[in-house]
Amino acid sequence: MIKKIFVILTMIGLIMMLSSLVLNFEFVEQLNDLSADYVTGSIEDLKSQNVVTSVIVTYRGLDTLGEVTVLFLATAGIGFLLGKRKGKKRVASELLQTSSSFLVALIILLGVYIFSHGHLTPGGGFQGGVVIANAFLLLILSDASIKFNHTILQLVESLSGAFYVIVGIIGLVLTIGFLNAKIIPLGEFGRLISAGAIPIIYSLIGLKVGSELTNIIDTMRGE
Amino acid sequence: MIFALILGFALLVIGIYGMLSQRNLIKIVIGFSIADTGIHIIIVSIGYLRNRTAPILNSAVNLKNAVNEVVDPIPSVLVLTAIVIGLAVTALMLSFVVELYKKKQSLSIDDYQELKW
Amino acid sequence: MISVIIVVILGIIMMVAGVVALHLKNLLAAIITAGAISLLASVIYLILGSPDVAMTEASIGSGLTTIIFLYALNKVKKEDKND
Repeated sequence: MIKKIFVILTMIGLIMMLSSLVLNFEFVEQLNDLSADYVTGSIEDLKSQNVVTSVIVTYRGLDTLGEVTVLFLATAGIGFLLGKRKGKKRVASELLQTSSSFLVALIILLGVYIFSHGHLTPGGGFQGGVVIANAFLLLILSDASIKFNHTILQLVESLSGAFYVIVGIIGLVLTIGFLNAKIIPLGEFGRLISAGAIPIIYSLIGLKVGSELTNIIDTMRGE
Repeated sequence: MIFALILGFALLVIGIYGMLSQRNLIKIVIGFSIADTGIHIIIVSIGYLRNRTAPILNSAVNLKNAVNEVVDPIPSVLVLTAIVIGLAVTALMLSFVVELYKKKQSLSIDDYQELKW
Repeated sequence: MISVIIVVILGIIMMVAGVVALHLKNLLAAIITAGAISLLASVIYLILGSPDVAMTEASIGSGLTTIIFLYALNKVKKEDKND
């Protein structure tokens, strides 16, 4: 009983705090200076169509490196907590087995399209990686006894992570800054081969996220 | 957009209420994920500017005047990071739930009182 | 104007779904309802002008998170039956 009273009091306090925030909120009509600088920089400095991608990969590149590291740590934590255990096998329906055999390749292709066009259209490494992980999830659903080669998964993950850092260090060696996209020529605005190293970095992030999330799914199912 | 802002705050309140009032461990994680969605909607709605388009500079945007035609890209970046981290946090929380269940065969938080005083 | 109406309707559905998800006795139904909230949220991100976030939320928030919840529920239930 006393717990319920405390919960209700906490909620009343929270609602009072938040309602004053909503009532006094004023929407702006112009971009602030930092955002405007990112938008013009994405056009003139990086020649990348997608402003969000250029902020994630270049301007806040160190943040993204930390984010990928957090994802890796979470994968390691889940693998540590939930070891492999044996369970009984079940058989998927005919429809799922037949359709998954040709859908998997198409879904992986869609994932590759999403992360290789990250600088032109909405999407990028994280979304593409998740789509690839979903393709492997479909494989697991259609055949519960399937086993993934963990050596290849870990090899893809660690190699793409290592190359990501190496691309960053090349920028340091050329003295233009860590994770700068201008280590290779920028190209023409709006083409697939443009925006310098952004497509390379985002493809590496896509491979890394895809293999990490496949690892998480594989650990969580516990066979 | 003020309605999206109100929706975000409402989902945040609903999620925190769920985390505080529910006894089932999985329900607590569900409350966390609802509060997470609410916070993301708040951040995105703060970056929204009226009558503007997405920060994708294709043929729909006049490049000379792009600063006055697109919405704020920074909230999108922050939320994109937060969603991926939120997935990792949720997965880690759920594996803790599974581990706790293995210890005591119970999903009720009232059975885990070792840290109470 | 039409976007405001869509946001209001989706918002009412999402708030009701949030309350329902926390009070359902059936855990499976509660997890699916929470996934539906994420899916509707991705429509709101699209209206608010951030298609990148909408893609991420639709694939991660409503896809992978729901799957991971279901796997955790499956592990808990499976050991329930063995005892």
